[in-house]
Amino acid sequence: MTYAVEMRGIRKSFAGVPVLRDVDLAVTAGEVHALLGENGAGKSTLMKILSGVFLPDSGRTVIHGREMVIDSIRTAEAAGIAMIHQELNVIPDLSVADNLFLGRENMWVRWGILRTARLREAARRELEAVGLNVSPSVPVRHLGVGEKQLVEIAKALSKQANILIMDEPTAALTETETKRLFTMIRSLKERGTAVIYISHRMEELLAICDRVTVMRDGRSVGTFDVRKTDLNTLVRHMVGRPMSDRYPKRQSEPGRCLLRVSNLRTKKLKGVRLEIRAGEVVGLGGLMGAGRTEVARAIMGLDPLEDGNIEVDGRPVVIRHPADALHHGLGFVTEDRKEQGLLLAQTVRENLALPTLGRRQRMGWILRKQENAMARRHMERLRIRAAGIEQPAATLSGGNQQKVVFGKWLETSPKILILDEPTRGVDVGAKAEIYELINELTAQGIGILLISSDLPELLAMSDRILVMYEGSVTGIFHRQEADQEAIMACATGQRRREEGNR
Amino acid sequence: MNSSKAGESFEKTAASRWWKRIHLGPLLGLLLIAAVLSLTSDRFLTASNLMNVARQVSINALLAVGATFVILTGGIDLSVGSVLALAGALAAGWMSGGFSPAAAVAGALLVGLGAGFANGALVAYGRLAPFIATLGTMTLYRGLTLIYTGGRPISSMPDSFYALGGGYLGPVPTPVWMMAVVFAAGWLMLNRMTPGRRILAIGGNEEAAMLSGIRTDRYKLLVYGISGGLSALAGVVLTSRLHSAQPTAGTGYELDAIAAVVLGGTSLSGGRGSLWGTLVGAFIIGVIDNGLNLLNVSSFYQQAVKGAVILAAVLMDRRR
Repeated sequence: MTYAVEMRGIRKSFAGVPVLRDVDLAVTAGEVHALLGENGAGKSTLMKILSGVFLPDSGRTVIHGREMVIDSIRTAEAAGIAMIHQELNVIPDLSVADNLFLGRENMWVRWGILRTARLREAARRELEAVGLNVSPSVPVRHLGVGEKQLVEIAKALSKQANILIMDEPTAALTETETKRLFTMIRSLKERGTAVIYISHRMEELLAICDRVTVMRDGRSVGTFDVRKTDLNTLVRHMVGRPMSDRYPKRQSEPGRCLLRVSNLRTKKLKGVRLEIRAGEVVGLGGLMGAGRTEVARAIMGLDPLEDGNIEVDGRPVVIRHPADALHHGLGFVTEDRKEQGLLLAQTVRENLALPTLGRRQRMGWILRKQENAMARRHMERLRIRAAGIEQPAATLSGGNQQKVVFGKWLETSPKILILDEPTRGVDVGAKAEIYELINELTAQGIGILLISSDLPELLAMSDRILVMYEGSVTGIFHRQEADQEAIMACATGQRRREEGNR
Repeated sequence: MNSSKAGESFEKTAASRWWKRIHLGPLLGLLLIAAVLSLTSDRFLTASNLMNVARQVSINALLAVGATFVILTGGIDLSVGSVLALAGALAAGWMSGGFSPAAAVAGALLVGLGAGFANGALVAYGRLAPFIATLGTMTLYRGLTLIYTGGRPISSMPDSFYALGGGYLGPVPTPVWMMAVVFAAGWLMLNRMTPGRRILAIGGNEEAAMLSGIRTDRYKLLVYGISGGLSALAGVVLTSRLHSAQPTAGTGYELDAIAAVVLGGTSLSGGRGSLWGTLVGAFIIGVIDNGLNLLNVSSFYQQAVKGAVILAAVLMDRRR
């Protein structure tokens, strides 16, 4: 039979480091085909080859039965291939209609004048097709993440795309938005579109996909029919070993109080109180925009305090700058590695060294031997998969970048570590490693504030859970008393719950 | 796993990458221009001419070192030419007023440092875009210079002062020595010391740098201070060499300094670049100026040729 997409024996190396060693992928029309694999397995590279960003070193690509050399994004588009990136490529200040037809406005130009009314009318039709009910003249800035995504899908469809690649499309979506997206995907399927779906959320794969191709270490290890397989089998193929427990939480005995915050007020926070004990994981839950990250920012000295007291290890401290926070033993693994965590152009070593430069210097001179040793130690301990300490951070996979961010904070030997969505966009294997690391840290007596939107993770990994709603804490749960419904009730402001008995 | 093997090779490439770090591209460009000139003019490749080129380059090179630091943080300093004029005028004025050359030079350097810190404060604490901040002070400092001099050159200075810009130490002109020392010190600071690493971090990702506990404001202050101080040094050297402080001295010099930095491969968005490249860049500009003079090209054509060569060089560098 002819496939919509057929890739055979794809190989690709960067700077002599093989990323794809031998990959086969075959997707039929009208199928949702998942691409599953750990970070660094080569999924993104494969998709960039299919969408014309990279040329493979060897291998064949056949689209609808025709062998092709996809040497540019333009070629890919002409062949009906479109990719919806995880970081959406919309221009916030342009209108929905302008974004939809960006670069193709000429279709509505006559005598040099853009006929905007007709452009908007065309946009309206495209938006209807994806079930998005917004005015085409609204700037994209005002749309939610899910709506922006639908704009991107509409854009792809308006280019007659019949092979659609979606990279982590639900990473930033709410449950309702996810449902809407799935409805959309099903209707695409009926129209005969081939959808290649990349996600780390295993439950989703079972819900929406027909077949799964699993990749590991740059190879495709097999293609499975979703109805004839189960999660454990897939995970085993993905990590190359059986995985017993997704959340390996170890019980710890909380010790003395390491961080006590009271009446924390900023522009976004209305008097937050929290305590973290030695060896304790305090989960911070809530919906997007509830003020969870703002709590971290206020504690770290990033946002100016209107009021509030912070005590570290029983002593009141003043924190006006992250440097103060660092000095008092606080560390902050940020949500957005690329924007806030890493120097992408610089090496693994330089990134790991950054917060602790002052500790390996004599009169300002950097002690390079110590620095190299430090970097190698963290690479080994955290199992950072890089080709050496001199590899630029930009070329690492997401999970490994996250480990570098972890490493640089571990090197500061923190008393308290704030983790903001530490497993977002990270695959199952790397997730388990991060959980193990949390266990290791708490065993050493480090207190952890875990900010997470992943409820199962929050429930499984926290000793206590604080739930926020509109800038204040609306619920405090002990590990045993928490469940998803109760947390959601507090997160949506329908219920308030004070701390139970200690 | 085979990653340990790959690891070794990556570290090896890093160790043997010294030739990459010295930026072969701009250097080859410089050698190419020099080769062409030595074939077309028999006066180019003489010891006295090369020393002359080095002396001329030294002024721009001093400015370009400061510009490199500023640009590495993602900033820009347009005020260097005005600071140069202000420092030169103050030094000359103080000497003609009876101060010793040493005191006058020290005073001028302090004023330059202060002018630089003022730029840094506007950027770091006033939260102004560097372009705007230094565009303002460029005009402000030029105005102060014109007020101080009344628009007239100052030229009565003690003879001993002329050695600074016109003298020799051994066979090499004094300003060339200064350039060498400043480059060596700058290189060490950038590549071997903590402030350099932090400056690169700020240019690479300011948010990440601040979150890593780097007091980014202080380092911004520092780089603009360095730029101001070196501009003042260049101003004193120029005044000494010309035996006169011109209130309009250094007009447009900021562009030559920025051109040298860009020719040297430093990214204008910050975070990536090298002082070695800047030195080569400064020499490319100097050699072009000198060569066009030797070939008796009219000064109108010189400008056009220089601009075209700069664009060609940067374009070629992008290609590789």
